[in-house]
Amino acid sequence: MKKTKRKLVLVGNGMAGVRAIEHLIKLAPEAYEITIIGAEPHPNYNRIMLSSVLAGGASLKEIVINDWEWYKDNGIRLLAGHRVTQIDANRKRVVSDQGATVDYDELILATGSNPFMLPLPGADKEGVIAFRDIKDCETMVDTSKKYKKAVVIGGGLLGLEAARGLLHLGMDVSVVHINPYLMERQLDETAAKMLQKELEQQGMKFLLRKNSGAILGKKRVRALSFTDGTEAEADLIVMAVGIRPNVELAKSSGIEINRGIVVNDWLETSVERIYAVGECAEHRGIAYGLVAPLYEQGSVLAKKLAGLETTGYAGSVTSTKLKVSGVDVFSAGRYDEPEGSRSLRYQDEVDGVYKKIVIQNDKLIGAVLFGDTNDGAKLFSIIKSGESVVGREKELLLGMAVSGQSASPEARLKEMADEEIICGCNGVSKGTIADAVLAKGCMSVGEIKACTKASGSCGGCKPLVEGLLKLYAGDEAGVGVKEGICGCTPLGRDEIVAEIKRMRLKSIKEVMNVLEWRNSEGCSKCRPSLNYYLGMLFPEEYVDENESRITNERYHANIQKDGTYSVVPRIYGGVTSPAELKKIAEVAEKFDVPMVKFTGGQRLDLLGVKKEDLPKMWEELDMPSGHAYGKTLRTVKTCVGNTFCRFGTQDAIGMGIRLEKAFERLNTPAKVKLAVSGCPRNCAEATIKDFGVVAIDGGWELHVGGNGGVQVRATELLCVVKTEDEVVEWASAYLQYYRENAQWNERTSTWIERVGLEEIKNALEKPEDRLALVERIQKTLSLTTDPWKQIVENDHLRKNFEPLTEALTINS
Amino acid sequence: MAKHLVGKINEIDRKGSRTVRIQDVDIALFKLSDEEVLAVENKCPHKGGALSEGMVCGKVVHCPLHDWKIDLYSGKAQEPDDGCVTTFAVEVDPVNGSIFITM
Ligand code: SRM
Ligand SMILES: Cc1cc2nc3c(=O)[nH]c(=O)nc-3n(C[C@H](O)[C@H](O)[C@H](O)COP(=O)(O)OP(=O)(O)OC[C@H]3O[C@@H](n4cnc5c(N)ncnc54)[C@H](O)[C@@H]3O)c2cc1C
Ligand code: SF4
Ligand code: FES
Repeated sequence: MKKTKRKLVLVGNGMAGVRAIEHLIKLAPEAYEITIIGAEPHPNYNRIMLSSVLAGGASLKEIVINDWEWYKDNGIRLLAGHRVTQIDANRKRVVSDQGATVDYDELILATGSNPFMLPLPGADKEGVIAFRDIKDCETMVDTSKKYKKAVVIGGGLLGLEAARGLLHLGMDVSVVHINPYLMERQLDETAAKMLQKELEQQGMKFLLRKNSGAILGKKRVRALSFTDGTEAEADLIVMAVGIRPNVELAKSSGIEINRGIVVNDWLETSVERIYAVGECAEHRGIAYGLVAPLYEQGSVLAKKLAGLETTGYAGSVTSTKLKVSGVDVFSAGRYDEPEGSRSLRYQDEVDGVYKKIVIQNDKLIGAVLFGDTNDGAKLFSIIKSGESVVGREKELLLGMAVSGQSASPEARLKEMADEEIICGCNGVSKGTIADAVLAKGCMSVGEIKACTKASGSCGGCKPLVEGLLKLYAGDEAGVGVKEGICGCTPLGRDEIVAEIKRMRLKSIKEVMNVLEWRNSEGCSKCRPSLNYYLGMLFPEEYVDENESRITNERYHANIQKDGTYSVVPRIYGGVTSPAELKKIAEVAEKFDVPMVKFTGGQRLDLLGVKKEDLPKMWEELDMPSGHAYGKTLRTVKTCVGNTFCRFGTQDAIGMGIRLEKAFERLNTPAKVKLAVSGCPRNCAEATIKDFGVVAIDGGWELHVGGNGGVQVRATELLCVVKTEDEVVEWASAYLQYYRENAQWNERTSTWIERVGLEEIKNALEKPEDRLALVERIQKTLSLTTDPWKQIVENDHLRKNFEPLTEALTINS
Repeated sequence: MAKHLVGKINEIDRKGSRTVRIQDVDIALFKLSDEEVLAVENKCPHKGGALSEGMVCGKVVHCPLHDWKIDLYSGKAQEPDDGCVTTFAVEVDPVNGSIFITM
């Protein structure tokens, strides 16, 4: 027997309503027969992005959230271009202005807001518009082609974004504001003044403390006059003075309204089976005007309609960011210093940075940032968490990065609520991204972008998206299963290492058995990790398990897309000789190497080598392996230093070669790159290396935690030393501390971000601690051998580079 | 269909792999931890990566290029990926360890 589905009708094809539907069809795909009725003739689009459309950052096509196909694919009936004029709650049906009648079992009202139009004389003239929908955008674009002067009434978020867009369209723009300073609902006076200055530099004009009186002109607007008797010329007037929840329909249907449609924590209105969500709804006295809270409401409503348990919606703290290029403004919570609160400020006129945090009862309740909004998301999450901030005030104000004990970016991402918006441009929440990775198998930022649109516009949220990808990727174990270093175990790195030490577990297999691995033979993540941890803990006893190394390390070469490999001999410090070059050239010729290339690491790469040629080439080269493939020391880049350079203060080449010889073949959690520059001009780029040495007159600066790859990170200064021996001592201690404490596959840059430089400094500060570390690394180093020498001499290893001998056909 | 002698069981390491070419098809032979030998075409369904170079975990091999997981019994790529490689029947002579592939 086929169960008849219940009928769900949504009025308003906007951001909040459709968002609730998206959630609902994920939670209960078969539960309802859905009809969406929307007054605009478009599929559901991202209203937020209208500002970007005006400012040239996106096309109208790009801002569509769900295209026509989406409705079809999900079996949703869409009546676009229909305005619902009547709700008959007794017969449970709605009627549209186009004459459609639709029955419902459940009805959602998501009619959004109407822009508030000042009731000025002449407000009905041609050229007077609001900024709310695609139609308004189109009017602005058209007007800018024919006319010059635009006046925006309203110096709030919306008005400024409209003004910025009109500037971009080539118009001469004045912003009229009734208050003495801009964005008074989000900013305090100081920040607002800085904002104004910035926008003036972009070409915007301001008419502050102006009360609009009338709109002048014949058919079309010509000017705006003010109550003080002055006038401003205008071919276009955009009113952006506020929004009013769109309650007409609800009101005429007898549903309780106040400012908005009154709803309880489950988004229920006063009439049974009718819900309201979005800007039209008023919850606990508040009608919100930003998407984040509306999305939270939508998810509660979806759960409710799907018949799932929910604690209801309890209201939201909001934060705003002005989407105007070149201007960074962030504000959240109570910026206005309510009674009983205190505020801390930081102002830097030179760099144009202003920060204010507001604290009440030891909790952070508000923040305003101008010029440097990097900490916005963090502050916002602290406001929402309601945690005590005693003793951390300064850290909060001056930026979290300065303090070693601040939560790591991963931890912060983890704590974030699922509903929190990661991508403001496209309104993509953390939960949506999690879903894209976990349920839809997105494994790259690109795939997440294709799937959710996150990071698809300004790209400002890309680091967060990357962070989330890291957090969730590889989680094949499914929701609810705690994930450790990989899906095979709930244990994290530290727990595993502690257990290995405690029970002195001596092989990968033993670790997996004793620690009850879910997957008896592990996976390509945990096997190499365990292999590394065991080798690091027991350098003398542990026998490296070659089959648990990733391909490049197993074959001591980089595998390439067509299955060929590359050969990179070691060239200490980037210094070679004619004889060495000749030898490399001869081998390259003899084995028909398709390409010889200088690498970014100051040495030569022979690319496109057939696997079976690898041992023979290494045999003929008779040079040490450059380890271009491993989680180990890669290169030590050097500059000429005082050997030739007129600025050189020390022997950078000699120092580099010494370091490369000291640490070659060392197994590390992730690859390690070093560099030595002969003076602070830093031609060896030492300040983006894992360990960078910069010579100064009479000493050496030691820099750590740099990375020039995916996430570029400049180093932090560890210390300054005097002699070459000290450089080697500190490098040894630092690398060993990293070996003993970092996670497998964690570069020093991420590791330092996680643990903080302070911790590392403390660990290396005392000479006796350093010496102990040096001793341990030397023990390990004394046990390494050159891999290619071994392979070349050992038939058992060598056979794996060759195919099996010609197959012999036995019968047919 | 023909049966081909391709080598001896001790020529492949445990959790290791060797390759052989029969009638212009590159084949990867794997020896699992329990000594079972399995054979698949040496070409990842994703972008043609050489599966013989990957890491063997239980009955799956991780492709060395982008870490797809291929089930060596069925040839199927595991969730969340989708695709399949050809598998070949393998016999091992229990007495002398000769490996035969039928194709
Ligand atoms: C050969 C070389 C490019 C070149 O032609 O110059 C190269 C080639 C590869 N790099 Fe690189 N990197 C090379 C210098 C660099 C540099 C520059 C440097 O070292 O001065 C960087 C940025 C600096 C840094 O790492 O901090 C660099 C950042 C990366 C990254 C990103 C690492 C990160 O932490 O963000 C990867 C991916 C990874 O390691 O996971 C990568 C990975 C790779 C791999 C090994 C991809 C792979 O895993 O198979 C490439 C092998 C290509 C091949 O088919 O052989 N390569 N790679 C360079 C070898 C240098 C050497 O002599 O050893
Ligand atoms: C230019 C601009 C920039 C913005 N920037 C941001 C930002 O940066 N961050 C942020 O959080 N928020 C921003 N907002 C606000 C955000 O867009 C809104 O909060 C959000 O769109 C409200 O969603 P909603 O579904 O409640 O209403 P809407 O998206 O307005 O949807 C309501 C829909 O219902 C339709 N409708 C109304 N009555 C009827 C009826 N009787 N029958 C049928 N259909 C009807 C309307 O035509 C409309 O399409 C911005 C808004 C604008 C205009
Ligand atoms: S940047 Fe590095 S990893 Fe990327 S294609 Fe070039 S060599 Fe390969
Ligand atoms: S080619 Fe095998 S995973 Fe991409």
